[in-house]
Amino acid sequence: MLHNLVRLLRHRSLIQILVARELKARYRGSVLGFFWSFINPLLLLLIYWFVFSVVLPGIRPIDIEPYALFMFCGLLPWTWFSSSVLEASNVLIAGGNLIKKVLFPAEVLPVVTVLANMVHFLLGLPIIAVALVYFAVPVRPLELLWLPVVVLVQLFFTLGLALIVSSLTVHFRDLKDILGNLMTFWFFATPIIYPMSLAPPSGKVLLDLNPFTHLVISYQEILFYDGPFGHWKWLLALGGVSIVLFLLGYFLFDRLRDSFAEEV
Amino acid sequence: MELTNVIAVDGVSKVYRRFSRRRKFATLKSALLSGSLISDLRPHETFSALQDVSLTVEKGRMVGVIGSNGSGKSTLLKLVAGITKPTLGTVRVDGRISALIELGAGFHPEISGRENIFINGIMLGLSKHEVTRKFDEIVEFAELEDFIDAPVKTYSSGMYMRLGFAVAIHVDPDVLLIDEVLAVGDQSFTHKCLDKFAEFRRRGKTVLLVTHSLDLVERLCDEAVWLGDGRIRATGDPTRVVDAYLVDVEKAAERQIASADTKTREQVATAGPPNDDHPPDMFQATEGRWGSREVEIVEVSMVGDDDQPSHVFPCGARMSIRVRVRATKPVADFVFGIGLFNAEGVCCYGTNTALEKLTSERMDGEGEVVFTIDSLDLVAGTYKLDVAVHKRDGYPYDYHRLLHTFRVKSRTNDIGIFRPRHRWKFPDNIRFTGYLD
Repeated sequence: MLHNLVRLLRHRSLIQILVARELKARYRGSVLGFFWSFINPLLLLLIYWFVFSVVLPGIRPIDIEPYALFMFCGLLPWTWFSSSVLEASNVLIAGGNLIKKVLFPAEVLPVVTVLANMVHFLLGLPIIAVALVYFAVPVRPLELLWLPVVVLVQLFFTLGLALIVSSLTVHFRDLKDILGNLMTFWFFATPIIYPMSLAPPSGKVLLDLNPFTHLVISYQEILFYDGPFGHWKWLLALGGVSIVLFLLGYFLFDRLRDSFAEEV
Repeated sequence: MELTNVIAVDGVSKVYRRFSRRRKFATLKSALLSGSLISDLRPHETFSALQDVSLTVEKGRMVGVIGSNGSGKSTLLKLVAGITKPTLGTVRVDGRISALIELGAGFHPEISGRENIFINGIMLGLSKHEVTRKFDEIVEFAELEDFIDAPVKTYSSGMYMRLGFAVAIHVDPDVLLIDEVLAVGDQSFTHKCLDKFAEFRRRGKTVLLVTHSLDLVERLCDEAVWLGDGRIRATGDPTRVVDAYLVDVEKAAERQIASADTKTREQVATAGPPNDDHPPDMFQATEGRWGSREVEIVEVSMVGDDDQPSHVFPCGARMSIRVRVRATKPVADFVFGIGLFNAEGVCCYGTNTALEKLTSERMDGEGEVVFTIDSLDLVAGTYKLDVAVHKRDGYPYDYHRLLHTFRVKSRTNDIGIFRPRHRWKFPDNIRFTGYLD
């Protein structure tokens, strides 16, 4: 397994070129092309803003301003995560030709999925930066140093889950459909469109059990809230969990690897 | 040349899982609920694609793998390529492998040929630098200079394939594995591929070729491997192995024709009592049997030179049609007839005793009529027989319409129906290789 993990590093250039292909191919043929990477999260944001400011204004907590920016801090990383996991569930089956007909390191496929979505996430960050300047949100420059750490933790967490999901779906195709619903539930079970402070004490315990809660809170504390980044202990703990999850995911993937060529 | 084994397949078996009916409908949820997640991941039924296959290929050799569909050829190739792992045994390959199992398997339709060359090349194990260096050569080989910046989805299937082949071949492998990719190209492309294989051989590369083109194996390969039902049936000299394979194919064809024929005759026999209804159209090529059965055709068999009943005859060989007839009461007015039809229902030849100026006198009891064709000068194909006994005025005693099948085999793919005995003669200034006066 470790041997294969090292090999994965040697496939950097393959991963790199496949990520580039993924990004290029996604918007090929559309008029706006690459701008969709910016437009998509903005549109999503607009929808949520419309729902919570116009349709259901009462639900919205008053002390959080600007609310749209607050949501965006959680929405952007969430999109990266959920798109990655959902796409990963199909990636081996879609890439069946490669796995069956070419000697191809299969783990490259889910990794490429996660990384391509990460690029979209990174492209969304300038939007936040512009908004921060526009709304004159005070940001502590030192806190921003934590941002790469959060991204890295999320990367490993997402990679681990993507590896597990992609390899299991080969055997259990229903996982794809289950996941679609599970991700919707997971979204609402994460303090993205509502602040953690709004949750009742019993709910807080449950929310704390959700690993993605700590990622979102980290993003919010670094980018949105004024005040010191107090969530770092949780973040580092989650970092450990993420690395374990990644290794576990890789282990599972490696164990099921030989069955892919026959099952996809 | 250094004689080392580049490919060593040792005692390899490959067992595919075939899940039971119940497993097919099992889902993760039901697996979790019944607690059978682990046991469901185990196969319920297995299917052996390869059994105890051992094979070594020396450096620089070109080896052809032949065998009928489902004999395990592609499985063997995938095992050598490392795409699947053997259930038992070991596979060892020295050097860089390029497997031409499916051309252009990794192409993305939306992006240009140029980008796909890079991606595919890197997928097949080249570095970015190597692809850059070989890029022009690849494009030239694929003859796609004008289209290289167009998205691959706009390519014709031929262009797509040429590009796939060009990339795969320029990976410059030590071991090249080819699975029937030549079957899809046009003539000029096929020639180009063959030239490339020849070049490979000159450079001392090893080639493993899976193909149905026996001709190619005999012409190009140093060695042939015949796989049948997942086992190695023969290895060695291509001509010898191909011949052994063809004998086996004939036997299979023989069995198949015999059983199909029996089935047709059974159907006709159970269709109704003996009758003298003529079919509405005598020239309509559908199987049938009719007649009064005052004289009955009990059995029809075809025998070759060895006097053994057979259904497959080499072109130009002697074939005898033996017709066992029984007259329930003595008759004086009778004509024996034979007709040969090809698969399209075209009558190739027909004759009867009346046409050949034989006047019937008397028949009583049982006997065997033998119709011998000294030289079966028909092109390769499947033929059907009409066998009949009737009165001079056409009143049928027993008419077997297209109920007996035989096949003519030939290594020549000439066309038409009739293959007259022939020879070519050339003056000295027109020369061929392989031409013997």
